Amino acid sequence: MLYIACVLMGWLNVYAAVYSPETQTNLFDMSTEAGKQLMWIGTTVLLIIAILVINYRFWDTFAFVIYGITILLLLLVLVAGSNVNGSRSWFKLGAFSIQPAEFSKLGTALALARYIDYPNVNLTKLKDQLSCAGIIALPALLIIASNETGSMLVFASFIIMLYREGLPGFYPLIAIVIVALFILTLIVPKLILFGSILALGLLVFFLTPRYQRSVQNVMVIGITAVSMIAIVAGVDFFVNSVLQKHQQNRIKVLVNPAADPLGVGWNVTQAKIAIGSGRLQGKGFLEGTQTKLDFVPAQSTDFIFCTIGEEHGFIGSAVVLSMFVFLLCRIVILAEKQRTRFARVYGYSVAGILFFHLMINIGMTIGLMPVIGIPLPFFSYGGSSLWSFSILLFIFLKLDSRRVGMFTR
Amino acid sequence: MIENRKFIVIGVFCLVGLVYLSRLFYLQILDDSYSLESSSNSIKRVIEIPYRGQIYDRNGKFMVYNTPVYDLYVTPQKVQIPDTAAFCHLLSLERTEFDSIMAVAKAHSYRKPSLFLRQLSKEDFARIQDALVDYRGFEHVTSSMRTYPAHTMANALGYVSEVSRKQLDEQETPYYRQGDYIGRSGLEEQYESILRGQRGIKFVMQNVHGVVKGSWKNGAFDSLAIAGKNLHTGIDVEIQQYADTLMQNKVGSVVAIEPSTGQVLCMVSAPTYDPNALSSRFFSKSYSKLAKNPYKPLINRPVMASYRPGSTFKLIQALVALQDGAVSPGSIFSHAGSPMKCHCNRSGRLNLSGAVQYSCNPYFYHVFRRLLYNNAERNTFKASAMGLHHWHDMVSKFGIGSRLGIDLPSELKGSLPDADLYDKLYGEKHWKFSTVYSLSIGEGELLISPLKMANVAAIIANRGWFYTPHIVSGIGEPGKGIDSKYLEKHEVGIDPQHFEVVAEGMQGAVEHGTTTMAAVIPGITICGKTGTSQNKKGKDHSIFVAFAPRENPKIAIAVFVENAGWGGIAAASVASLVIEKYIKRRVDNHALDKKVKESNYLPAITPPKKPAPKKFVEPPKDSTAKPLIVKTVPARPVAPAQPETQSLASRPVTTNGN
Repeated sequence: MLYIACVLMGWLNVYAAVYSPETQTNLFDMSTEAGKQLMWIGTTVLLIIAILVINYRFWDTFAFVIYGITILLLLLVLVAGSNVNGSRSWFKLGAFSIQPAEFSKLGTALALARYIDYPNVNLTKLKDQLSCAGIIALPALLIIASNETGSMLVFASFIIMLYREGLPGFYPLIAIVIVALFILTLIVPKLILFGSILALGLLVFFLTPRYQRSVQNVMVIGITAVSMIAIVAGVDFFVNSVLQKHQQNRIKVLVNPAADPLGVGWNVTQAKIAIGSGRLQGKGFLEGTQTKLDFVPAQSTDFIFCTIGEEHGFIGSAVVLSMFVFLLCRIVILAEKQRTRFARVYGYSVAGILFFHLMINIGMTIGLMPVIGIPLPFFSYGGSSLWSFSILLFIFLKLDSRRVGMFTR
Repeated sequence: MIENRKFIVIGVFCLVGLVYLSRLFYLQILDDSYSLESSSNSIKRVIEIPYRGQIYDRNGKFMVYNTPVYDLYVTPQKVQIPDTAAFCHLLSLERTEFDSIMAVAKAHSYRKPSLFLRQLSKEDFARIQDALVDYRGFEHVTSSMRTYPAHTMANALGYVSEVSRKQLDEQETPYYRQGDYIGRSGLEEQYESILRGQRGIKFVMQNVHGVVKGSWKNGAFDSLAIAGKNLHTGIDVEIQQYADTLMQNKVGSVVAIEPSTGQVLCMVSAPTYDPNALSSRFFSKSYSKLAKNPYKPLINRPVMASYRPGSTFKLIQALVALQDGAVSPGSIFSHAGSPMKCHCNRSGRLNLSGAVQYSCNPYFYHVFRRLLYNNAERNTFKASAMGLHHWHDMVSKFGIGSRLGIDLPSELKGSLPDADLYDKLYGEKHWKFSTVYSLSIGEGELLISPLKMANVAAIIANRGWFYTPHIVSGIGEPGKGIDSKYLEKHEVGIDPQHFEVVAEGMQGAVEHGTTTMAAVIPGITICGKTGTSQNKKGKDHSIFVAFAPRENPKIAIAVFVENAGWGGIAAASVASLVIEKYIKRRVDNHALDKKVKESNYLPAITPPKKPAPKKFVEPPKDSTAKPLIVKTVPARPVAPAQPETQSLASRPVTTNGN
């Protein structure tokens, strides 16, 4: 199973990432991150067995309850959480910490699936769209409150599932247009951008056949152009005023990483150096110099992919990447086969979440995405993320198993 | 319709996967700049400086060794000082000093060690070492410092200092880096490549903060540092130190050579300085002080000063003339016909030995005349040119007019005129013997360094051959590994019997001739020759060359005392004491010893606005403190010359021979 492969590889890579030549640590030493990861894997196996044992109806029935619990946890962490790197989003339990934000994805996915499963829900209707948005927005806002913007962005991934479930195509389109404009604003001078938007609008207007130039259509074109200009103007305001300093920098670095390679661009530059130095075959397991010697920050968590890139080269990273894409496609195909809408929606949610993590995490290490601190599923060190991804995936497998007829009781 | 959206979703997944894959392909396969940056990023070359070779004298005594010193480093991040006041007291620091050092260290780096205190001596370090355990964040690095236990021969040993910008730029194969130490003069420079050893290179991995995290590839590419080889010299430290004390308050040189080997026994350049002054952390201060000293203690006079040899050159003239057949040992010349006056009052009564003994100027005028005209040419102009050419060939075999090739940097060539020089000066056939006759008594266009004069003494001692003088007699171990050119016997082309004639005259000169008994040492037959080097700027320089004993000579020596005035007495006294010390290992002539040590021939320093600079002569244990500079020399009679003033007073001072 792909899952097992991922987890084992992740474990070994965590070991490699924290491995240092002067302390020859044992792979199973509980004081190191690799050792702890082993413990997390062990507990995850227990969780998986539990999930496979529990009746599939449980998830269906208690979807909203689980959602409620995660919301409560999110609220609680705001009050009782401990402060890690400026974000108050962790529960400290002895030597281990748990991040409720990771689990809120699960809760939200279940709740959304349960909601959309209602027979009369139609995502082309504004009311249902708003309801779904509400379900997503509640935990997202709570996560923002705990200053963990990266995890919040993951909730955008539900748009993939909603799209599949009938959300009109122009929602994702608008999202894409906004993102595109956002990036353009940072690269292209504003006046040129304004000009080209107006030109584009006029072009569309004149290319429209005369018989279609109804007031309504002209209005659409006009509103689109105006709102695009508004977005462009807004982006500037947003970047400079709303975002925090480090977030601003991360975005600027993405646009121009060479501007300040030792300062703000450090993470990305070092990550690229580490991956780039792996060449075709990599330096060999435990031979990586960049990742082990702390040049790459957070090399066992968010930048774990650097270790793969450096030590296993292009071959290793390509294998990992294809494995993930294969896993994603497999989930989508399985989801399509589900008889219940609940299971299908849930499957798509899982795929969306995994995809989003994959895209952002690997994207940032190779300099295609801004640095957003979210883990690579199954690879990154960290109990919460491993647990939540495993639970996400295995609930889906459990739901799927009912269809196949395995594991039923 | 909506069912088809799954293909779009899968398509998006695959698209992103492909984009990322190609980006990875670009980063990892196509673009190799990242790979290069990686190794410079994390793998660092650490240079291990080997111990510099040490220098011994001929008896195995240390002349130069390395003293371990301790540099204390501080890592601000780790610092834990429970009681700062106690800590400052321990290191005898002021609180303000401590604060400023810490501030500098913190500004440099929190995580990397910075220099806290430099060059703590072993004693200091032993005192604080135990107490340092209580203070976290401090570590020591051992380094070494050149130490000169004999406090002597600073000029010939040279010194070690940081490599200069210019040297860095001009090195042919890049070896030195900023901050490296390099031998800067004397033996330290000459034998730099041997003394420095082989630097080791270690590759270590360092993390992002520059903190070393272990060796790279388990040291497969490391090379070990190889310590520099030790140098064994022919110097006799006791003689060197003794000669130092004799030369105090004088400007000049003492060079002694073991004739049978060509090894230099001592090489004094006066005034000198304590070599330790240029080895401590006060290097730049000491150096600028030395450089400003008007007596120029940084010049190694035995090889870098040139003088007219004066009457000492008569030894060579006699030998060359005998070999050429221009004169015979029994030849007698009267004073008549010579433009030069003489002090000997023995006109027409001296044979060649006698002429050497009494340093008869007219005699050697005639000798040189015979020498130049000792050919078939009737034209006196042509005959002079031919004769001088021949003379030049013979004299240059003594090493005059070219570098001897001693193992010291910046040896001067000196000057030995040949016919071409006078052709240039006066025009061809426009000069003859009467133009150049001053050469006959060692004046004129001759320039000879003290080292060469000592070598001339060694040649006479050996009766016709010499080894190129050298200081280092063994590299690595005694007697091994020196340049083969120092093991090559040089013949000067003079028959051995001619030397006996000259040696006879030299022995006479010491026992009842020009030295007026100043150089007589009971029990040792010394053969010597005085000389006066004319000095237009001030008082003449006193010269003495000698070897002893006459049979089976052990030592050949040349002493130059600048501004000691006419006659070789000042130099002869020094030379005889050094000879006595070397051969008897003690000095019995205490009166002379005292007189020489007390005599002061330092020229007056005229212009400086500031008070006369301090000298760097190591004060001898037995001499009382005395004014270092004499304001005007005439105001004070010159001590060793005093007994002679009466006998010399009648003699015309304008002449040069003696």
